[in-house]
Amino acid sequence: MLTLYVASVFGPLVGSVIAGFFGRALGDRATGVIACMMLGVAMVAGWYVFYEVAFLGRSREAVELFTWIDSGAFEASWALRFDVLAAVMVFVVTTASFLIHVYSIGYMAHDPGVPRFFAYLSLFTFMMLMLVTADNFVQMYFGWEGVGLCSYLLIGFWYKRPSANAAAIKAFIVNRVGDFGFALGIFGVFLVFNAVAFDTVFAAAPDYAGASIEFLGFRIDTLTLICLLLFMGAMGKSAQFILHTWLPDAMEGPTPVSALIHAATMVTAGVFMVVRLSPLFEYAPVALAVVAVIGATTAFFAATVALCQTDIKRVIAYSTCSQLGYMFFAAGVSAYSVAIFHLMTHAFFKALLFLAAGSVIHAMSDEQDMRKMGGLWKRIPLTYGVMWVGSLALAGVPFFSGYFSKDLILESAFAADSAVGDYAFWLGIAAAVMTAFYSGRLLFMTFHGASRASDEVMARVHESPKVMTIPLVLLAVGAIFSGVFGVSIGMVDADGAFWNGSILVLSGHDALAKAHEVPGWVKLLPVVMAGVGITVALVMYIVLPSLPALVAARLRPVYLFLLNKWYFDELYDAVFVRPAHYIGRGFWKAGDGALIDGVGPDGVAAAALGIARRASRLQTGYLYHYAFAMLIGVAALVTWYLLAGGA
Amino acid sequence: MIGLPILSLTIFLPLVGAVLIFLIRGEPEIVARNARNVALWTSLFTFALSLLLWVGFDTTTADFQFAEQAPWIAGYNINYHLGVDGISLFFILLTTFLTPLCVLVSWQAITDRVKEYMIAFLVMETMMVGVFSALDFVLFYLFFEGTLIPMFLIIGVWGGPRRVYSAFKFFLFTLLGSVLFLLAILTIYFHTGTTDIPTLMGADFPVEMQRWLWLAFFASFAVKVPMWPVHTWLPDAHVEAPTAGSMVLAGVLLKFGGYGFLRFSLPMLPEATAFFTPMIYTLSVVAIIYTSLVALAQEDMKKLIAYSSVAHMGFVTIGIFTLNTQGIEGAILVMLSHGVVSAALFFTVGVLYDRMHSRLIASYGGLVHRMPVYAFMFMLFMLASVGLPGTSGFVGEFLTLAGAYQANTLVAALATTGVILGAAYMLWLYRRVVFGELTNEQLKDILDLNPREVAIYASMAVVVMVLGIYPEAFLSVIRVSVENLIVQAGGGLDGALTVALAAE
Repeated sequence: MLTLYVASVFGPLVGSVIAGFFGRALGDRATGVIACMMLGVAMVAGWYVFYEVAFLGRSREAVELFTWIDSGAFEASWALRFDVLAAVMVFVVTTASFLIHVYSIGYMAHDPGVPRFFAYLSLFTFMMLMLVTADNFVQMYFGWEGVGLCSYLLIGFWYKRPSANAAAIKAFIVNRVGDFGFALGIFGVFLVFNAVAFDTVFAAAPDYAGASIEFLGFRIDTLTLICLLLFMGAMGKSAQFILHTWLPDAMEGPTPVSALIHAATMVTAGVFMVVRLSPLFEYAPVALAVVAVIGATTAFFAATVALCQTDIKRVIAYSTCSQLGYMFFAAGVSAYSVAIFHLMTHAFFKALLFLAAGSVIHAMSDEQDMRKMGGLWKRIPLTYGVMWVGSLALAGVPFFSGYFSKDLILESAFAADSAVGDYAFWLGIAAAVMTAFYSGRLLFMTFHGASRASDEVMARVHESPKVMTIPLVLLAVGAIFSGVFGVSIGMVDADGAFWNGSILVLSGHDALAKAHEVPGWVKLLPVVMAGVGITVALVMYIVLPSLPALVAARLRPVYLFLLNKWYFDELYDAVFVRPAHYIGRGFWKAGDGALIDGVGPDGVAAAALGIARRASRLQTGYLYHYAFAMLIGVAALVTWYLLAGGA
Repeated sequence: MIGLPILSLTIFLPLVGAVLIFLIRGEPEIVARNARNVALWTSLFTFALSLLLWVGFDTTTADFQFAEQAPWIAGYNINYHLGVDGISLFFILLTTFLTPLCVLVSWQAITDRVKEYMIAFLVMETMMVGVFSALDFVLFYLFFEGTLIPMFLIIGVWGGPRRVYSAFKFFLFTLLGSVLFLLAILTIYFHTGTTDIPTLMGADFPVEMQRWLWLAFFASFAVKVPMWPVHTWLPDAHVEAPTAGSMVLAGVLLKFGGYGFLRFSLPMLPEATAFFTPMIYTLSVVAIIYTSLVALAQEDMKKLIAYSSVAHMGFVTIGIFTLNTQGIEGAILVMLSHGVVSAALFFTVGVLYDRMHSRLIASYGGLVHRMPVYAFMFMLFMLASVGLPGTSGFVGEFLTLAGAYQANTLVAALATTGVILGAAYMLWLYRRVVFGELTNEQLKDILDLNPREVAIYASMAVVVMVLGIYPEAFLSVIRVSVENLIVQAGGGLDGALTVALAAE
């Protein structure tokens, strides 16, 4: 059933093309339905692929379509690789994306740009599918940059808003900074392995363990260098500490876009990449340690920032950042399967949270500030209910999906029994308590207490239409049961048999195996912390509503530091953005203008003009002087080069 | 192929068209219309003819094909010698592809002296195709210099307000290099007694002499590319040139430099090439970073795109001098891609200039509200310029950098920063011109693309997509010639192979 494999990836592309080129003719409603149908096809095909590959054990190493780039040893084809890892990702991406598509029909109903929206949304999904099914580094890069493009288009979807345009450009550029590392990593892979296909590279990787390579004049461990450069790409795409600044701004796009970016496509790409490249990372222990440290730092950092945000989407955005940190440090302690497990559960509950937030915003006449909400729970009970489900899953409350995956991540970190593992474990615990707190805070501020919105807005509060609430309910089911599902199909079994060789874990890296034998308090601690976090939120926002202001006033510097997101935006603006413009202008005016032209043609011309203004004489004088000056310049350069360079 | 001299026909057919236009007499209106039509049909027919070269091309050999040879200045052993290989073929096609588009672009934009304008373009085409097919130094030089005159006139007669300054700057910069180039040709002739290019590829010049010859070549090619710091003529020339002039300048004339390095410097002067490679790397890296930053600061759209051209050409020069397969094939693809993409971007500016008579970024904003089709086309070529995978810009750039990384990691790392900066200035340009609120009153009734403009864009878009998704169509032709070139230039066939050997 090769057709189904191809359909699972290319269905969304067909939908995108139809929506983009024929959307105006078809009308908004029909465009939305067709895009959803094409995604529905992809989803059903994706499920089938998942079933066949994961349960019948028939992975297809490469469905080769046609040659893409073939230059010497640099050979990359358009090919689809369906191993278990890819199949799991296809399953998650198509499912989440389909539900988000359906929801968008309702959410975007009154927008003038519906066809364009669906074209972008489907293209986004297609790019992500190309990324996860890539069988070589270059095609992965194609999907990688492709999702970057689509996020740019969707974040800037409302192109009238200056803030949306700024956020879109920021997303693209920050991602390009990450891609800079990714590209260098690919070049490094090609230099070392003389190939860019996964199979060839993975097979040869063990031979290069411990070898070293020259880079920028330093000798560095080969695989460590390559993995770190590749990881830089992952940091950009998955919004990890240092390269995270684009993600919170990305909510300038319509809410379904945020859901798609945060749940299914885009940000999970980085985690997927590290897992996909486990056959390289496993032989680069230093790189793995860096992955774990960056991940743990992000988990902690983003959680602190989320504590003080007042925009409902911004809180959820930072929580994504934080949860991605968990996934990375799981990968960093070689618990790759747990990282993907958390990626899956997170996809459900994060899509749910964003779409539920969208439902709130929809009900509140486009208000996003939680300080202007409150007391909504009776008015929009369904949204309220699913928001609870999502939040409990996020907080890791027992038997919701997040509980299974997050607990296992923390246990793996603990079981890794290394300094890095401990660092990740304790920061992860701290982040867990904060996660529970801000989740509770979000719920209480939005739905409980007295309403702080105007009467006019409150009068119009209403539950969303069915086309929006049904996806919410289905996602809620996923947010509850995906954890149990994952465990029961053996995704995180210690032997890794489920993955059928698509993930490599060396025998010494047994954090996951030992995670099942950690002391009782380690298993208990995250749950207790979740309880503590929610309780504190309850006290602060329900029992003693005056408390938050008091705390903020007492700890004003800390509060401001967190509110301003550790001042990263200001720092980057001062260090990179403004100097780039300043230097550019300087080069232009002083370099090109004054120096090169001033000394060269203009200077000569000016001198010539001074001698004679008549055109005939200008020409000869001009040429002669000019040629003379250039000859002197060339002679000087040559002399210098022959003398200095020849030695 | 059936003994027909396709190359000569391709070269001289435009000239015949030019003569026909010259003979047109009558009412100015009718003359203009006829001139346009003759120019269009001549150039289209030339394009069709040149496609035969591709169809009949034998991809298994690195020899020059469609060769034609006839004595010319017999007493001096100078011949009329033509031929194409995998390196030159697509440059000829690029030229014949862009010329009809240039005629179409000028359809309504040029109303003054249409006859002379069209003649200039057709003569230009003859010269450009000649440059890429000449296999004799004297013939090459004739065509090479010959392009200067029509271009000088196009800028100087149909250009903007500062056209005379720009035309002279353009002329003088390139002429100076040409003088040295001529000296080099004379030296070669007196040393070897021949000007036949294929023969000279096997010539063994003394190392000392190679260096001087190399520098003389370099003086000419570096100005054409243009490399930093002899690039300052380019922004001025572009700003003043009419749209079609910019298209041909960026699309084809800039490729002379890269082509020259590939055709002469590398195979004939291998020792000097190796010797001067660090200098090329340095100048190229400076060009990429410097001009990208300068592009960021521009207020004039044409200048911005002109500076971005210099940055892209920096990738080309790096790629050529890596002397490995990926670098050189990448460099050729970058040139082809840039030939189409930069032409499309200059056309994009031209579309607005025709309507509003302003090239300043600040005059625009919010165009997407009135011109959605234009916004889409602009987006496509903007992304190709940025090097998005799936477009033509990516394949060449990525291969070039992969090649550079094998030769020198520092050069590759620094050059790759250009990928970030390139995205920054292009996205920012796009945002300021196309997105945002439409505030300028004069833009309120600006019209979207007409069918002629859509046709121009669409033909270029097809090339950009094919080159991006199935570059094998081009690489299969280029491959053997590049391998041959690498052997001639003494480079490693595969960079990694060299590394492996060095490690042993």
